[in-house]
Amino acid sequence: MATTRILEGLGRFYIVLLLGFLYLPIIIMAAMSFNASPFYQLPFEWTTDWYQSLWQNDQLIAATWNSIEIAIITTLISTVLGSMASLALYRYEFRGKKVLQALLFPPIAIPWLITGTAMLIFFFGVGIGRGLIAILLGHVALALPYVIVVVSARLQTFAPELEEAARSLGANQWQVTMRVTLPWIMPGVIAGGLFAFAVSFDQFVVSYFLSTPGQTTLPVEIYAAIRKGFTPEINAVSTIIIVVSMALMLLTARFFKFGGEK
Amino acid sequence: MADQLAIGSRRGLRPALPLLLPAYLWLTVAIFLPLSAMVFFSFMTDLPLAGKEWAFTLGNYAAFFSQSLYSTLLFASLRLGLEVTLWCVVIGYPAAYVLAKVLKGRSREAIFLLVILPFWSNGLVRIFSWAMVLREGGILDTALNAVLPFKINIDLMYSYPAVIIGLVHSYVPYMVLTCYLTLQAIDDSLIEAGRSLGASRRQVLWRVIIPLSMPGLIAGAALIFVPVVGSFMEPRILGGRTGTFYGTVIEDQFVAVFNWPLGAALSFILLAVVLIILALAAPVLRKAA
Repeated sequence: MATTRILEGLGRFYIVLLLGFLYLPIIIMAAMSFNASPFYQLPFEWTTDWYQSLWQNDQLIAATWNSIEIAIITTLISTVLGSMASLALYRYEFRGKKVLQALLFPPIAIPWLITGTAMLIFFFGVGIGRGLIAILLGHVALALPYVIVVVSARLQTFAPELEEAARSLGANQWQVTMRVTLPWIMPGVIAGGLFAFAVSFDQFVVSYFLSTPGQTTLPVEIYAAIRKGFTPEINAVSTIIIVVSMALMLLTARFFKFGGEK
Repeated sequence: MADQLAIGSRRGLRPALPLLLPAYLWLTVAIFLPLSAMVFFSFMTDLPLAGKEWAFTLGNYAAFFSQSLYSTLLFASLRLGLEVTLWCVVIGYPAAYVLAKVLKGRSREAIFLLVILPFWSNGLVRIFSWAMVLREGGILDTALNAVLPFKINIDLMYSYPAVIIGLVHSYVPYMVLTCYLTLQAIDDSLIEAGRSLGASRRQVLWRVIIPLSMPGLIAGAALIFVPVVGSFMEPRILGGRTGTFYGTVIEDQFVAVFNWPLGAALSFILLAVVLIILALAAPVLRKAA
């Protein structure tokens, strides 16, 4: 089967090309963040100036802290609320359950432009206004469906007999949940939490509509800088973000198989 | 009710409510009420804030239908969505096939992760990284001129192709992911059976593999098409002046022109278009899930 082997070789080559397409711009951006020329001129001259000047950029640093704080709080809230909802959807049979499950898709499926502008209108109308609280409200809502889907997937592998056994041995509902169910679904909860962190930390569109000049997140600040004109500092901070979010996803992959293989 | 409780505590909405309520209350406040408010505001002349005069009107929707600008831009955005989706199929499907049927074991796992990893990194930053590749005197320009014997000028920045390239880069991992999941589920013996019964490679591809992986293709297409139609950041950064689409006009209503009711109406029209598309894809999506 010589043809098969040639085709397989071509297939492998194609994957390499695709990976090149996916990673080349990112690698170039990272390389340019170490290039001395502020106009990205070649030849390449090594410098770490742009990273150093990041430390003097108070606006970027403030936005970074906002992003980190919001991502952490989003993770905590959405993981707890999402895991509770997943448990309820797993344990109980009731009318309208399908509707509740279907309601998880609008936040994922509707373009963020629509959700973001709708939140802006509503939060303004009820007096919450714009700012970090509004951004947090939005981020948790966007992260919740991901947490519920991931934790529910993990719960599918849980044997309900374990809960029954614990109950018949005299454990109450709280003990069953904390000592039997929760330890089992923990990998799913952690994966869901990492998803939530990534959704919040990388979120741009919704934050963009809900931020005000003083109360903003890192992606919004970067967008403003890009529209004003390129600066190598933005390369530096972008490189840091890419490295952080990819590391985060590699960590998630340890807990949650994307490929759906056993 | 008593006999139901005797069977177990697993029936009924009441015991489930305390667990469900916080999450769904949050979704209501931050997603469902805002979407309803948007519909409501889209029928107003002005925002009912700070004692401003307002009345109900159909004017915002009339603006969409009377000014050809908006419908032209909506069609431009739909076309953009279609083109990006097609490119993602052309580029992503073969990659998904190689991953699912050619590569095996650890190398498959590692490469699969490498393909979907960028998808989960910051989209804004990735779009920005293309600016450095595509601009005149950028990497692509410099590299091609170093290799080619004649002088050419590559300045794709601020053009329609730049927007397409950036968006395909952003969304192609989605297509690889959904197609990989369905291709992986196809039993190899089906392919072998087709081959041993005398079908050519091409016939097996068109008669067996592609029909069986259709749910993945449709799911990927829907998941790409919908956000691309509503994109505004990518055309702004890579398209420059040519990057005016339906999404950028909505953005303008909220951050530059401050005509929120018109913005709400335009958003709601986009939402309606998106929902129709999702409804059409829903039966296939459900099968894929």
